[in-house]
Amino acid sequence: MSEFKVHHRDGEGVSVIDLKGYLDAHTAPDLENAFQKLIDEKKFNIVVNCKDLSYISSAGLGVFMAYIEDVRKNQGDIKLTNMSAKVYNVFDLLGFPILYEIYKDEQEAVGKFAARK
Amino acid sequence: MERMAKTLTKTIQSRTDNLLEVREFVMHAARRFGFSEEESSKIVLAVDEACTNVIKHAYQNAPNRSIQIDITHDRETFQVSVIDEGKSFNPNSAKMPDLKQHLSTFRRGGLGVYLMRTLMDKVEYNYSPGKRNEVRLIKYLTPSNSAARG
Repeated sequence: MSEFKVHHRDGEGVSVIDLKGYLDAHTAPDLENAFQKLIDEKKFNIVVNCKDLSYISSAGLGVFMAYIEDVRKNQGDIKLTNMSAKVYNVFDLLGFPILYEIYKDEQEAVGKFAARK
Repeated sequence: MERMAKTLTKTIQSRTDNLLEVREFVMHAARRFGFSEEESSKIVLAVDEACTNVIKHAYQNAPNRSIQIDITHDRETFQVSVIDEGKSFNPNSAKMPDLKQHLSTFRRGGLGVYLMRTLMDKVEYNYSPGKRNEVRLIKYLTPSNSAARG
């Protein structure tokens, strides 16, 4: 049984990463690879759907910090959606809501990118 | 002060694929001790951060060193000790970061220590470099964080 999965979808000029399971020091490299691949492909409008993410530690949060600057430099953004209260609390403890846009649902985040065009 | 009773111990090898097992071990013990699920999750995350620090910093990703996790308690105090024999770091030199500045400059790492201190009631360090380093993560059971509340 896999403890963490990253799945990526493209559509409407926005790439969506679906996270599933546990994002910790062991699985953080999988998310790094997913971000790196999108950046290499010059896809900078990124939504991360956390609906099935059940756990995150600072190693996982660090991945978001590592890529946000690159993405924004290229007029893109990383927007987060569908977090459980438990996962949101960890983001909140570290002050992430100040720097990242967090939405209740994926469509709302995708719409924000569309509205910018 | 009365010595706390040793209840549970687990030793893992210093690899990140063992973190899941540590989290399950701590979650089970914290729930059994009487903490709510929410409070137990905080303890679990703090212990994950301590173990991750040991793997990355004390052992510098060497995969087969050992990490011992001891859980002790008295009536209201729940303590998880994370013990290693690697390189120690001086926790007092790791100041509480100015989070807004930390995040705004997108600096990575260093958040684990902040999380441990925020999630637990008390964090103590006991270091003998190369011999035995110990981080003690302490949480007190209160009416507001116990599973029996309400």
